[in-house]
Amino acid sequence: MYDGAKIVSGLAVFVLVCAFPLWYSAAKGGAGDLPELTLPEGGGGCVESTEHMRASHMELLNHWRDQVVRHGERRYRGPDGVEHEMSLSKTCLGCHTSKAEFCDRCHNYVDVKPACWDCHVDPSGE
Amino acid sequence: MDTSRRGFLKAAGAAALGVGGGAPLVLMSARGSTGGGEVSSSGIRWALAIDTQKCAEGSGCTACVEACRDVHNIPLIENVEEEVKWIWKEPLQKVFPHRVLSETGEEIRERPLPVMCNHCDNPPCVRVCPTKATWKRDDGIVMMDQHRCIGCRYCVVGCPYGARSFNWSDPRPYIDKIRADYPTRTKGVVEKCTFCAERLAGGQLPACVEACQKVGGAMVFGDLNDEHSEIRQLVRANLVAQRKAELGTRPKVHYKL
Repeated sequence: MYDGAKIVSGLAVFVLVCAFPLWYSAAKGGAGDLPELTLPEGGGGCVESTEHMRASHMELLNHWRDQVVRHGERRYRGPDGVEHEMSLSKTCLGCHTSKAEFCDRCHNYVDVKPACWDCHVDPSGE
Repeated sequence: MDTSRRGFLKAAGAAALGVGGGAPLVLMSARGSTGGGEVSSSGIRWALAIDTQKCAEGSGCTACVEACRDVHNIPLIENVEEEVKWIWKEPLQKVFPHRVLSETGEEIRERPLPVMCNHCDNPPCVRVCPTKATWKRDDGIVMMDQHRCIGCRYCVVGCPYGARSFNWSDPRPYIDKIRADYPTRTKGVVEKCTFCAERLAGGQLPACVEACQKVGGAMVFGDLNDEHSEIRQLVRANLVAQRKAELGTRPKVHYKL
C-alpha cells in the first residue's frame, strides 16, 4: 500500500472528527445542558403519568384532536379515573401556564417545531 | 325505398352521435338523482330559522355577526378579496334574487338578511373535498377539520353560497382581541360557520342565536327532527324559503320571508 501511514492516520482523524459528539459528551460526563422545565406547583395532577406524558404526549394530543374534532367526544378519563376536558389551551396550559418555560424548552432542545401554535392560542399571551 | 349509400351513412352517423353524446347526460342525471346526502329522520338534525321581518325591525343590527366574530377569533380584513366571513348580512335581493319582482319595493329589496353556511343535507363542499377535511356529522352539521385542510379551495368553489373563506395570510394580525379558548386559523386553510359545534357540545346555543335572542329574537335554532322543537313548529306553520333549494343541496338555514 502506498502512503499507508498517511491514509490510516487520515482515516483515524476523520473518524475522530465524525465521532466528536460522542466522545465530547462522554468526556464532559452527560448530554450537555438539559432543558430545565418549570413544572406547575403541587404537581401530580396530570392526565397521565409523567413517564407516559414525556414519551407519548404527542400521540395523546393527536388522539385528543381526533376525538374532539372528528368524533365530538370531549371528555378524557385518565388512569386515575379523573375526567378532563380534551383541550390543549384549557386543560394542558391550564396547569402548565407558561408555554415558553415548558413546551418550548424541550422542543427547542430537540429542534422540533410542532404546528399546534399556528392556530391554538397560548393563554399567557407570550 | 330509395336510399342512397351516402344517405344511409349520414343517418347512421347521426344516430351514433346521438347515442354517444347522450349517454353521459343520462349517466349524469342518474348520478345526480342518487347523489348522497341521506337525511336521517331519527337523531338530532340541527337547523336554523330566521324570521326576516323581525330581523329587519332592528335595521342595521349586527349583533349576530359581532357575536360570531368575537367567539371564533374571526379576523377583520378590509380587503374584500381576502376577507374571512362566517356570518354576514346581504340585501334580500341578493339572497333571494328570484323572489324579487321588478315591482318589489326598495324596502324589501334592500332588507338585510344574515347569511352563513347552510349546513346542507347534501353538501357539495363535502363531495369535492379530497382529504375529508370537511364532512357531514351525524347531527347534520357540516364540520371543518383545519388539521386536515390542505388549502386546495375545491370546497370554496363547490359551495353555491359563498359561505367559505380562505386564509390568504396569517389572520392573527387582523384579530382585535384573540380569545385563548378558541383556536385561530392559519395561513392556507379554509374556514366557515360550524353551527358553533363547540358550544352545542356544552349545551349552549350558537353564539349568533344567543346574541339575536337578546336583541330581537329573529333567530330560532333547534332539532328539526324533534316534533316539539320550536324550529319544527316554525317550519310547520310557516312558508319558509331556503337559498337555492333548486340545486338539491337541501339547506338547513330557513328564512321566513
